[in-house]
Amino acid sequence: MNEELKKTIIEYIKREYLEEDAPEEVNESTPLISGGIVDSFSMVSLKTFLEKKFSIKIPDDKATPEAFDSVNNIMNLLKEFNVT
Amino acid sequence: MAYSDKARGYYDSEIKGIQGAGTFKEERFIASPQAANITVEFPAGAPHKEVLNFCANNYLGLSSHPDVVAAAHEGLKERGYGMSSVRFICGTQDIHKELEQKLTGFLGTEDTILFPSCMDANAGVFDVVLDKEDAMIADRLVHASIVDGMRLCKAQLFNYKHSNMEHLEEKLKETQDCRFRLIITDGVFSMDGDIAKLDEICDLADKYDAMILVDDSHASGFMGKTGRGTHEHCGVIGRIDVITTTLGKALGGASGGCVSGRKEIVELCRQRARPYLFSNTVPPVIVAAASKVIDIISNTTDRRDKLEQNTIYFREKMTAAGFDIREGIHPIVPIMLYNAKLAQDMARDLYGEGIYVIGFSFPVVPKGQARIRVQLSAGHEKEHIDRAIAAFTKIGDKYKILGKKKNEIIEMYGL
Ligand SMILES: Cc1ncc(COP(=O)(O)O)c(C=O)c1O
Repeated sequence: MNEELKKTIIEYIKREYLEEDAPEEVNESTPLISGGIVDSFSMVSLKTFLEKKFSIKIPDDKATPEAFDSVNNIMNLLKEFNVT
Repeated sequence: MAYSDKARGYYDSEIKGIQGAGTFKEERFIASPQAANITVEFPAGAPHKEVLNFCANNYLGLSSHPDVVAAAHEGLKERGYGMSSVRFICGTQDIHKELEQKLTGFLGTEDTILFPSCMDANAGVFDVVLDKEDAMIADRLVHASIVDGMRLCKAQLFNYKHSNMEHLEEKLKETQDCRFRLIITDGVFSMDGDIAKLDEICDLADKYDAMILVDDSHASGFMGKTGRGTHEHCGVIGRIDVITTTLGKALGGASGGCVSGRKEIVELCRQRARPYLFSNTVPPVIVAAASKVIDIISNTTDRRDKLEQNTIYFREKMTAAGFDIREGIHPIVPIMLYNAKLAQDMARDLYGEGIYVIGFSFPVVPKGQARIRVQLSAGHEKEHIDRAIAAFTKIGDKYKILGKKKNEIIEMYGL
């Protein structure tokens, strides 16, 4: 399940943020925000996706650039909402 | 005194952090009017230096035009210096209404409302137009002032990959349950000088019943055959619901901005837009001069035509000289260097040659896309542009990047 979850999120990030011919690879530890793939403005798509997908509401104080900076970080965040 | 050592130490460490990150901004003092030729003191305390300015938003060369300056004098004489009031108390003169009407005519919209700046227009407009049952769907590269304006609005925020119409369409499908949707884009994007696909955006807006807002700050006055803006360039005059733009760039360059578009939206801004209600009116001297600017550019396209010629000439010559230039037709010309330090070093050397340009790097532009951004003006003469090209060629040769492609430059200098 855990691996599947990761895969779902990675797939979404690729589709939502990378151009089709982009050379970047995304894995669970790729820095997303500090790496310049996702900026703080476009982060909202990812947040909305997670909220819809898992029927949760991530409050603004938890939706920090650090919490979203890699798929691993996102997995940790999701744990707080009992999504595993 | 409650400015404690703790507070002072904290702010100081923040400043040091900015310096350490290499993003500390230093002002350069200009001791002349804004023009193609300026006198600059840089670094602070250095002797004055005459340089050619290739980094101003003075697209039409009107910032210090004698007719504009004369109109400002006349406005000062006839309507005074300040109004000491917001618009709706006692800050609206006849000339404010007149300028709003001229802008409406020039932009081809239904009505216009002036704001202290375009930053203020963008800060105020979204909250007026949309509420929580609505959606804002913005291009990912919109200007910072739009990002801030959207933050002040309760509507749900969505964004799409830069100029990617399939992605925009996905977002339009995703938001079909919302009451109103507003597609939000810059007409021209300020870092690349690329142009929004307004014709396709209009078609999508029609198909999915969405409204459109365009920030045309880098287009009003010169894009399109008669300079109306990106909507004229794309053949969609009358199909854009809201245009925000600035008087602080091509249109005289002093300050002020506006929201122009559907008349009900403009009226609601008069009633509810907070930066309009709670900030002082645009001063008469600026209103009078801006009004003159609209007269000048309504009567003749000479200046925008010259800007177009200057742009074509510079782009052709720089490409022939072997620079890697983002293709396009806009007077913003990004000279791609990819490496941040290379961009800084070359900009510094060009300044030494008397050419004032700025290097941009992350976070202002995406990582690995550092560049020098050149901005042309109708105020540039051919000899100015030739001098810039000669200096670029000399410095480009020094860094051995002439004729080099993207991957070759990255190989030499890294990202
Ligand atoms: C696209 C865009 N919108 C708005 C602004 C802000 O305009 P103003 O200087 O009138 O606040 C700028 C200026 O930097 C801009 O480039």
